[in-house]
Amino acid sequence: MAQLELRAVMQSTQPVTPVSARWPTRALRAVCALCSLLLALAAMPAAAQLTIEITGSGEKRLPIAIVPLAGEGVLPASISSVVRDDLERSGLFRGVETPTMRPHPTEASNVDYAEWRARLADALVLGSVAARPDGKFEVRFRLFDVVKQAAIGGVAYTLTREQVRATAHRIADYVYEKLTGEKGVFSTKIAYVVKRGTVYELQIADADGANGFFVLRSNEPILSPVWAPDGSQLAYVSFEQKKPIVYVHSLRDGRRRVAANFKGSNSAPAWSPDGNTLAVSLSREGGSQLFLVNPDGSNVRRLTRSSAIDTEPRFSADGQFLYFTSDRGGSPQIYRMPIAGGAAQRVTFEGSYNVSPRISPDGKQLAFIHRNDGRFQAALLDLATRQMQILTDSARDESPSFAPNGRMILLATVIGGRGVLSAVSADGRVKQRLSVAAGDVREPAWGPFIQ
Amino acid sequence: MRALWIAILCALLASCAGTSEQSPAGVEDRKPGAEARGAEGGGPGSVDLTGKRGASVLTDPASPLSKRSIFYDFDKYDVKPEYRPLVEAHATYLRENPGTKMLIQGNTDERGSREYNIALGQRRSDGVKRMLLLLGAREDQVESVSLGEEKPRAQGSSEDAWTQNRRSDILYQGEY
Repeated sequence: MAQLELRAVMQSTQPVTPVSARWPTRALRAVCALCSLLLALAAMPAAAQLTIEITGSGEKRLPIAIVPLAGEGVLPASISSVVRDDLERSGLFRGVETPTMRPHPTEASNVDYAEWRARLADALVLGSVAARPDGKFEVRFRLFDVVKQAAIGGVAYTLTREQVRATAHRIADYVYEKLTGEKGVFSTKIAYVVKRGTVYELQIADADGANGFFVLRSNEPILSPVWAPDGSQLAYVSFEQKKPIVYVHSLRDGRRRVAANFKGSNSAPAWSPDGNTLAVSLSREGGSQLFLVNPDGSNVRRLTRSSAIDTEPRFSADGQFLYFTSDRGGSPQIYRMPIAGGAAQRVTFEGSYNVSPRISPDGKQLAFIHRNDGRFQAALLDLATRQMQILTDSARDESPSFAPNGRMILLATVIGGRGVLSAVSADGRVKQRLSVAAGDVREPAWGPFIQ
Repeated sequence: MRALWIAILCALLASCAGTSEQSPAGVEDRKPGAEARGAEGGGPGSVDLTGKRGASVLTDPASPLSKRSIFYDFDKYDVKPEYRPLVEAHATYLRENPGTKMLIQGNTDERGSREYNIALGQRRSDGVKRMLLLLGAREDQVESVSLGEEKPRAQGSSEDAWTQNRRSDILYQGEY
């Protein structure tokens, strides 16, 4: 009964549950800090390839055996390896070594549960790959609960050679959802900016860092990319005209539109949950103030009227409020105000520098950057209990970004003088580092679920 | 002269509470790259500084107009007294050359949020612009923008680099 066993473990260790009622939390963190695991992803020829290193991971991980799919050698990448890497990267699973078996089992085989139990696997994935006459492939798999001795379910896919990794991510999402009850994010994309020498690239990659490609290449800085809720567009700030201007870039055809190019600086775009509105910070009327604007640049309306800095807006999950950074109280802190207008309420109180608010997908938590004794660290505030937790031990964290299931937070940090991306689980237990050879990586933004 | 500065300071203090800059209606340029290439063509109201006359007075090291940078203390955005003659010289030039346009770029050191630093740099360039307007420059001659921490003059994470990067730069049309 793998599913229930995983949940039982989660429930037994939850003195504080910042995210979900069935997740392990602080009780495990001290132990987890000792765990360390290197995970090198398959080397790809592209220079854009991100390498992911897990630097801390959960103490109690569900053991799962992912047997190489029968016949997967005909594919350009090993589906079982990609699935295993995905699941291990989540920090919730541990891949069990699988022996060479004759005959090689498939999803249709009779499972010898006793043998898998003896190998200490709680869950098992078996499958097969078949080449079709039309040049495509058919991949089938089935997920088994070893403890309960029952099949949980399975799927068959038809795919081209180019869709092998994408298919593997979908299988990992299926397994993750069946065993944890939550949607997986392995099929999602991430956007980030790479600086190499004097060249800036806005890139998009799979959530595991593979298949990176550039969306915009420029000799001037690019910052603050944000995904439209449907994943079809990115809004960002580009300096290509020697000042910050907000653009909206279609990922379907590469068409770019100016969303805000007024006198002064135009920056900090944020999408409304319905994708119909951008919040931006503009200096066109003096100072840096919040405005709403349609993504095509029309219908500009001013939202804040302060003599302070108001910037870094983010919509609440229900779209009714804006969280933003302001120094109206004398130091930069995070505030919240209704979209319809009205008074702003201060949200952060601890410390003299709290910036870059990001609301969790369920609207219950706020990730932000907190200055702590001269160090800039990602922190998480439970909006109901007001409890704040510092998530990292680094010194220069920036730009936190929630995974669409709220489970991980991607952020930029600096290690050894070089910008790298790091990901931390929302309970601080699992940490990963993503780096690009010979480049500074910054400004990450985790994309939405793919429909 | 002293009386003039007192008047300016008073006006600056008064203007800090509210903002009164005029805003252009609508979105300006919708063609990416058009403005950057504008220096090649030129149009009504543009000034070519690559010729002999304009270039010398703005770039001659002996001219006060060749001084283009204003530096700030940590977390500060007020123009220190030592830079007032510099700002005054540029205000005089703008007053005497009404067709001339200027861009002021505010910069910050690398610490903290990139977007918040855009706002801090804007506060610095806005401060220089306000002073220029009080000294007689026209609103449509001066644009203040921010580059935040994105275009550091000095690389590295030392106090010395940070000092050089907390800065407003003055550029004339044709130089940006």
